Amino acid sequence: MPMLPELFLLAAACAILLIDLYVGDEKRTLTYGLAQLSLVATFVLNLQNFGAAREVLYHGMFVVDGMATLLKAGMLAVMALVLMFSRDYINQRSFHRGEYYILALFASLGMLVMVSGYSFLTIYLGLELLSLSLYAMVAMRRDSTDGPEAAMKYFVMGALASGLLLYGMSMIYGVTGSIQITEVQAKAVEILAAHPDKAALLTFGAIFLVAGIAFKLGAVPFHMWVPDVYHGAPTSVSALVSSAPKIAVFGMAMRLLPETLNSVLAQWQLLLTILCMLSIVIGNVSAVAQSNIKRMLAFSGIAHIGYFLLGLLSGTAQGYSAAMFYILVYALMSVAGFGMILVMTRAGFECESIDDFKGLWKRSPWHALMMMFIMMSMAGVPPLVGFWPKLEVIRAVLDSGLPHAVWLAAIAVLFAVVGAWYYLRVVKAIFFDEGEAPELQTAGDLRLAFSIAGLSMLVLGLMPGPLLALCAAVFAS
Amino acid sequence: MIALSDYLVVSAILFAIAVAGLVLNRKNVIILLMCVELMLLAVNTNFIAFSRYLGDTAGQIFVFFILTVAAAEAAIGLAILVVLFRNRNTINVEELDHLKG
Repeated sequence: MPMLPELFLLAAACAILLIDLYVGDEKRTLTYGLAQLSLVATFVLNLQNFGAAREVLYHGMFVVDGMATLLKAGMLAVMALVLMFSRDYINQRSFHRGEYYILALFASLGMLVMVSGYSFLTIYLGLELLSLSLYAMVAMRRDSTDGPEAAMKYFVMGALASGLLLYGMSMIYGVTGSIQITEVQAKAVEILAAHPDKAALLTFGAIFLVAGIAFKLGAVPFHMWVPDVYHGAPTSVSALVSSAPKIAVFGMAMRLLPETLNSVLAQWQLLLTILCMLSIVIGNVSAVAQSNIKRMLAFSGIAHIGYFLLGLLSGTAQGYSAAMFYILVYALMSVAGFGMILVMTRAGFECESIDDFKGLWKRSPWHALMMMFIMMSMAGVPPLVGFWPKLEVIRAVLDSGLPHAVWLAAIAVLFAVVGAWYYLRVVKAIFFDEGEAPELQTAGDLRLAFSIAGLSMLVLGLMPGPLLALCAAVFAS
Repeated sequence: MIALSDYLVVSAILFAIAVAGLVLNRKNVIILLMCVELMLLAVNTNFIAFSRYLGDTAGQIFVFFILTVAAAEAAIGLAILVVLFRNRNTINVEELDHLKG
């Protein structure tokens, strides 16, 4: 049954919601264990869909295809890693409550629905299930002064993004008379052949869709919320917000742009090109100026989204698979990056500044080494994994035949060098600066998660082939 | 006779007012929440007008879902507002400036 992962996750989340009512605060680990278990079970159920034929269910509302299956596997793996990072952190900060895990499960469900949605309605409902859960999680630490402020900003910006997206959907519905993806695509082609003047209306809708997607991705100029939210949210929630949801938004963007509006490809390509260049330039330049590590990671995330858009705007199968590879690797790197901060924190101490990492090499060589892998991977240094997706997107844009492709590639490479500067600054603080980095006091499972994330940078970097082949196979047909 | 374009113009004006309110408002967070609602209502007007014009019910069903989600969204927004007010004793947008880099 192709829809089994979603149905199972929904049932499991509801069951855990009830079980958690009967669990005392001291036994909250049970809720954690059940949440982890249901993510793993959903992952296994999803594996059955690998290689299966594409299936469209519920009168075209829901689709299970290669792209959805691979994205779901990536999101569930990242979510499991995020929960491993979270348990000790939220326990020390006395908001170790069941809601945290339950909201994370509902957010996962929303992401699964988003990448499998095959009509505007299902995509919208998945997006809102994800967003509403995330707003609540950002505000979860009620005693902090920054958390609720970040949540409020995230909420207003997220609602604006949903509004823009919906307005675009309503326009496209008005032109084509359908909300189902394949029908919209077919009608759009038909209408453009009969009345070429209606292309303007479709483009009008596409502009709003692109704006909504850019808000959710955090691409410049729709990025204002990103640094504030990543900074103000509890660090474990920043790790969540910055990673798996981006994979889901990629799925949504693929459904809404190439699969729905391929008939106005040139128009949204141009919009994405502008977003992409602005994100790469402003993301990298602003990151250099940050001393707060969470804000630095936020701006680095904006720059990464710019590189990811380079693949999406190519408009070719090669470009889409490169973008998919990029976003999967980015999600892993982002979780690992916030994991770096989480592994440094302890009760009563938040690791905020890059200076807090000074001298870590002497205290804890293993964790210092892992951090070096993560930072170097983000900078795109071979043989770490971050190098490969950058190479793939640049190759894709050069092969796309776009008139200004060479310039795009040149700017991308140039600003990758600027990017390397601020990542290396962290590495320098860890290895070469004298400092008082304290003994690490985090729990075993958090350190295990961190080591997994760090080592995966190296392992995936040495063997990028399998993942790359999986991404290429999705768009091969 | 009211034409389709009249409805679209009204909804475009509502949408523009809502976005302007979100961007320009510097006083009160509750007004931001009202703007969010207004924006969704503008979209609803669009969907209903198109649905009636095309003789297709999908748009009206979409509106039911948007209304439901908007209610949930307002609940979460107000909950965040309450937490914010407890911590800061203010809901003035200009004073929400702790997070800066």
